[in-house]
Amino acid sequence: MSKTETLFDASELTVSMGPQHPSTHGVLQVKLKLDGERVLDLECVIGFLHRGVEKLGEVQTWGQFVPTLDRMDYIAAVSNCLGYCETVEKMLGVTAPPRAQYIRVLMTELNRITSHLLWLGTHAIDLGAITTFLYCFREREEILKIFENYCGARLTTHMFRIGGTQYELYEGFHDQVRKFIADFPKKVDEYETLLTENRIWLDRTKNVGVISAKDAIDLGLTGPALRGSGVNFDLRKAKPYCVYNELDFDVPVGEVGDTYDRYLVRMEEMRQSARIVTQALDRIPDGPIMAKVSKIIKPPVGDIYHSIESPKGELGYYLVSDGATCAYRARVRPPSFVNLQSLRKMCIGHMVADVVAVIGTLDIVLGEIDR
Amino acid sequence: MDVNWLIDNVLIPLIKIGIVFGALSGVVALMTLAERKVAAFIQVRLGPMRVGPHGILQPIADGIKLMLKEDILPAKADPLIFTMAPVIALVPAFIVFCVIPFGPQFQLFGKTISLHIADLNIGVLYVLSISSIGILGIILGGWASNSKYPLMGALRSAAQMVSYEVALGFSIMGVLMITGSLSLVEIVNKQKEYGWWFVFLQPLGFILFFVCGIAETNRAPFDLPEAESELVAGFHTEYSGFRFSLYFLAEYANMIAISGMAVTLFFGGWLRPFPNVAFLSFLDLPFLALGPALAGIFWFGLKVIIFLYCYLWFRWTWPRYRYDQLMKIGWQWLLPLAIVNLIVTAAVVVLFL
Repeated sequence: MSKTETLFDASELTVSMGPQHPSTHGVLQVKLKLDGERVLDLECVIGFLHRGVEKLGEVQTWGQFVPTLDRMDYIAAVSNCLGYCETVEKMLGVTAPPRAQYIRVLMTELNRITSHLLWLGTHAIDLGAITTFLYCFREREEILKIFENYCGARLTTHMFRIGGTQYELYEGFHDQVRKFIADFPKKVDEYETLLTENRIWLDRTKNVGVISAKDAIDLGLTGPALRGSGVNFDLRKAKPYCVYNELDFDVPVGEVGDTYDRYLVRMEEMRQSARIVTQALDRIPDGPIMAKVSKIIKPPVGDIYHSIESPKGELGYYLVSDGATCAYRARVRPPSFVNLQSLRKMCIGHMVADVVAVIGTLDIVLGEIDR
Repeated sequence: MDVNWLIDNVLIPLIKIGIVFGALSGVVALMTLAERKVAAFIQVRLGPMRVGPHGILQPIADGIKLMLKEDILPAKADPLIFTMAPVIALVPAFIVFCVIPFGPQFQLFGKTISLHIADLNIGVLYVLSISSIGILGIILGGWASNSKYPLMGALRSAAQMVSYEVALGFSIMGVLMITGSLSLVEIVNKQKEYGWWFVFLQPLGFILFFVCGIAETNRAPFDLPEAESELVAGFHTEYSGFRFSLYFLAEYANMIAISGMAVTLFFGGWLRPFPNVAFLSFLDLPFLALGPALAGIFWFGLKVIIFLYCYLWFRWTWPRYRYDQLMKIGWQWLLPLAIVNLIVTAAVVVLFL
């Protein structure tokens, strides 16, 4: 009797990984069909963290909606805020003053560093290297202190407003940031000594979760997940927003598109972010931090799509206005949600341990996926 | 019955057993603290600081906490095997120490006392076989939990143990050929006779033994059976309270046992560094009555502690290997290397000794 004729296939095991699991990065459930340790098939179940963010956009006013968006990708709340504020500004035909734009770039890039640090720490834990996590959090803490000094919040910051930023930079901001940025590249080197040339790390990440440039584009991957496959696409360069066209930075790309390449891309992005922060600090002009925006925001009837490069990839907002104080429809294009689609393609045929590695390398945040 | 006979064959062994197992339990408890302190040191933090000065009473607090916790028996678990498995894991880990010598012979009140519980003429075989029984505890525990993650942990552990046991056995063979004895006491005495720790004669053998030893004790980077980020907690996912702590203690006891074996086989057991250099003989404290015995215990303890530190150091520094890579290392590298080592040693022993 051939294998398919048996009543049930005893060699297959279905394991439900998550939503309570140490390394699904939140409440993601991955249903695995295993042959021993090998993954035959998998299915992602999402929605455990659904809070109806997009629907809330239809009942909260344009301004009220901003802090709600901070709760999407809570690791990179500043990016969420920036993307939305810019989109609404575009609708209104307003431009934030240059000083506000520079503050936005500064904060967003610092936030990109915190996001990548958290990714590195958790990714390393997923692969068993626990110590890196603590090192990453040491540096992340410094940035969170800067955020706290600036706006009073550490995680869900709500820094920007439609038309500019709420707060002027505090006294000592420049020194604090410069001090951090001066040390930071050395700290990145420190993480790299632990991992980059570590034999086990190489074994665990090289040729794991490979995705070709074509597949990555077909699946709509963005951010480091796409650049790891060798596609040079960064919205900061491709479709510059804020003042990114005035700043000088490189976009690192990988070659193979495996977990290791994505790791290297993100490590380099942290260094580049530090570079951007330094330049922004040097060039920040004086002036107002808020453009003239009426108290009650009523964008003209119409719709708009605007996207920015969040640490995870392309974060897009599609907003429809019917001229009222709330959006008629507020649609978010979250990078994590789209990037997660590649999990199945990357994992089939690999081992259970690789599923964990690939979930880590995709850098997903469930708050953003489920919204 | 002769009083002397009673003292020799009942009293002294009982005292020795009491001391060894008392000390061992103490060291195991301290290891749980050391693990956290070393982790904290490596991770630039303080570790437990609340219970006692610098947290030294933390193991007691942990023990009380674990004992007071509910002992959960999953509804679908096999009650008998589920409750027995942690004990099966722990007991062999402790009784391995019966044959590990931790000091030289000495005279006390006219009696010759040797610092080991038993000098079996098949000591090495005894250690290998007993430590294999401990693995049954892990396999049975994973199986009896009747749950998927523990089952996968148990399967990983079974495969890992079988693979590495072979290489472990082969790596020791070189030492056995040089000494021509399976008795651990005899092996240490031979190292004294040659004046060299066997690590210098068998460097490859030692490296293989140490790598296999880490795999045998399920420590990082080979901690696949409990791989936290993949299998939640592996074979002990369903265990709670005191039964969980038994597994925990077994792991540390195994680490100490493997370290003790490594020290005995390759690092001269209780011998001082450079046993052939007469100039350093003051390290054996010959001017004290019990000096040599104390020095022996000290050197043995120190070497074991260095090994244990390495275990902790590895765990908090390295990522974890993947299952197939682990198998590949075991069968494709360690075993062939062990066999090469064996053949070369055999040739040298036949030709030159």
